[in-house]
Amino acid sequence: MIPEFGHYALTLALCVALIQGVLPLVGAHYGRRELLVLARPAAQTVFLLLAIAFGILAWSFYANDFSVLYVAEHSNSQLPVVYRFGAVWGGHEGSLLLWIFLLSTWTILVSQLSKALDEFMVARVIGVLGLITSGLLLFVLTTSNPFERLLPAAQDGRSLNPLLQDPGLVFHPPMLYMGYVGFSVAFAFAIASLLSGRLDAAWARWSRPWTTAAWVFLTLGIALGSWWAYYELGWGGWWFWDPVENASFIPWLVGTALLHSLAVTEKRGGFKSWTVLLAITAFSLSLLGTFLVRSGVLTSVHAFATDPRRGIFILIFLSLVVGSSLVLYAWRAPKNTLGGKFSLSSRETFILLGNVFLVVSAGSVLLGTLYPLLIDALHLGKISVGPPYFNSVFVPIMIPLLVLMGIGPWTSWKNTDLLTVIKRLWLAGLIAVFAGIAIPFIMGQFTWLAGLGFLLAFWLIASGCLQVIRQMKIGKPTRSFIGMQVAHLGIAIFVIGVTMVGAYQEEKDVRMFTGETVTVGGYQIQLMGIEVVPGPNYQAIRGTFSLTKNGNSQAFLHPEKRSYFSSTMPMTEAAINTSLTRDIYVSLGEELGDKAWAVRVYYKPFVDWIWGGCLFMALGGVLAMSDKRYRLKLKRVAA
Amino acid sequence: MKPRHKRALMIVAALAVIGVAALLILNALNSNIALYVTPSEVAAGKAPQGQAFRIGGMVKDGSLKRDGLTVHFVITDLVKDIPVAYTGILPDLFKEGKGAVIQGRMNANGEFIASEVLAKHDENYMPPEAKHALEQAQKNGTSK
Repeated sequence: MIPEFGHYALTLALCVALIQGVLPLVGAHYGRRELLVLARPAAQTVFLLLAIAFGILAWSFYANDFSVLYVAEHSNSQLPVVYRFGAVWGGHEGSLLLWIFLLSTWTILVSQLSKALDEFMVARVIGVLGLITSGLLLFVLTTSNPFERLLPAAQDGRSLNPLLQDPGLVFHPPMLYMGYVGFSVAFAFAIASLLSGRLDAAWARWSRPWTTAAWVFLTLGIALGSWWAYYELGWGGWWFWDPVENASFIPWLVGTALLHSLAVTEKRGGFKSWTVLLAITAFSLSLLGTFLVRSGVLTSVHAFATDPRRGIFILIFLSLVVGSSLVLYAWRAPKNTLGGKFSLSSRETFILLGNVFLVVSAGSVLLGTLYPLLIDALHLGKISVGPPYFNSVFVPIMIPLLVLMGIGPWTSWKNTDLLTVIKRLWLAGLIAVFAGIAIPFIMGQFTWLAGLGFLLAFWLIASGCLQVIRQMKIGKPTRSFIGMQVAHLGIAIFVIGVTMVGAYQEEKDVRMFTGETVTVGGYQIQLMGIEVVPGPNYQAIRGTFSLTKNGNSQAFLHPEKRSYFSSTMPMTEAAINTSLTRDIYVSLGEELGDKAWAVRVYYKPFVDWIWGGCLFMALGGVLAMSDKRYRLKLKRVAA
Repeated sequence: MKPRHKRALMIVAALAVIGVAALLILNALNSNIALYVTPSEVAAGKAPQGQAFRIGGMVKDGSLKRDGLTVHFVITDLVKDIPVAYTGILPDLFKEGKGAVIQGRMNANGEFIASEVLAKHDENYMPPEAKHALEQAQKNGTSK
């Protein structure tokens, strides 16, 4: 009976979400207060119903209720409890339910934290979010019901894909979705302000912390996914330009542009139309990402068996959302696009240029991702666009952006004397050039690409440090300022990691006997032995490797090759020895006969700086959100 | 500078960025695309010459042979067979009788030298390109 309650809760949630989506918008249009006040209770009810549905699905997993088709397909009685919980979003139906549940979570947060905002605006924002919720709930109920029964019930479940039996599953999807879905709030604010015709600084100030919050989640979600792929897929790469990775990265790029553009709108009242357009684009790209991942049109690591009906539904929904918001935009967007006056050498110009680079890079990634689909749809053949395309397009676009990032924060609004900026920045330039030459030589090999990478990273670091020193002399820096510096420092750390790995990593695929030693990056790795060990729902072949440097023992590494009982698919679990400046990565290939094993050994200098940089970016976002001027509003709410 | 000029200058700058990006994209698309080809097409000589491409199909049962780190196997659409050589570690889901997609070039002896072997991450899932190759071959086989 219990799963039927879940289904019932979803149906009821759709009805209430329709009320939440329609009545407040009508009320706001005709000035009918009695309809406006429906917005908050409706949103709360939807949240409650979705929480019930989500809880019931989780319970079905916990209780091993294999009469629920989705549970039978994605779980197994031997599956450890924590993965049974993660398995709730381990497949299509559950991950969509998670999507909607998080959308409703954002809605409830907005409705609770926006009591200082005028009620027409709040009603419109909640209304727009309600419409999105209804659309997606309709999608779930018609094409992807997670509570569908399997009668008679299965004896045992088919089990979760072994790749997903990892702590990464518990954190990565909710984090990523929180970011994806979070852009719906920026979108709803933009649509609400277009509807009301009140595109002002207050609107920008309100949507800014929400956008930053979504951006922080998306940053963490992407970084977690990248880290997971690195240690779990056994390939040792951190980014593959896989279409699904791109689907999350494109909204990130546009979201980053949106954050900066919102700053201009808030501080100077400028770029209004542009900001609104970015907010619409960021959310549309999130939806497009969902479409790409969930429709199965793309070949990718995330492409599990799919159903074309779903793709068509999302495509129609996507065109409705994009189409109607663009029509509204064309009709209501303010005509004076640049807002307050500013000279060519001003912060506005730098932010605008940065925006252009971010949007163009997003466009080029989007093009590379969709190009194979386009060619296929036109019956011109099947092609694949690989990482070399993305590297040779994306990297050159990022170089000028990083140069600009070092200068932009020094400029002031309206007008800046560039000569003064140069006078303050020459030292940073000198440090950057020095680092760009010296570090490659210290690492033992100079390449132009490595030199350029270090130059840019140290350009950002030096520029940031000089600015912080200067700010300390003037007075106490604001949280926004610190947040900006921390996030930009994160980019620099990220660039160092990418440059180091790109230029100095060593990868070896070797055939090894017990007792044999292989050397990478100055480390000796010896195969000590291979044994069979049991796990909770699998059996593993485990290798023992000793790691030594200059005769000093450093650690032992235990890569595994697992065979899960419920699956015929073997799983490679890499063993990684991590330190601040390098990872040693060992994974077992297959047995080659004569007791020899294929072994993959990597030396990855500074690879953890890639994810460390992302953490700094996210931390910067959190600091910026906690700035006093947003908190004042919150205090007023509390009072 | 007049606002009108300023705006024009900004539009020119933005267009310049887009133009350079478009050049980069066209250039990269020209040299970094791999065409998917079915084993039958390769056998008919329709594969691109002197350029990397991808073959989708099934790994033929009993064709896998090891020679140190190098593996030899046959990829097939059940009509035509193409011998393949690959040096390195194969992905977990690479198996005889299962679908696979490989990227590489033909050598002078008619052997496909793979630089990359792609297998998917779900044992119940067949790469669409491999499926496409099998369907194509079946269609041509029955129509002839």
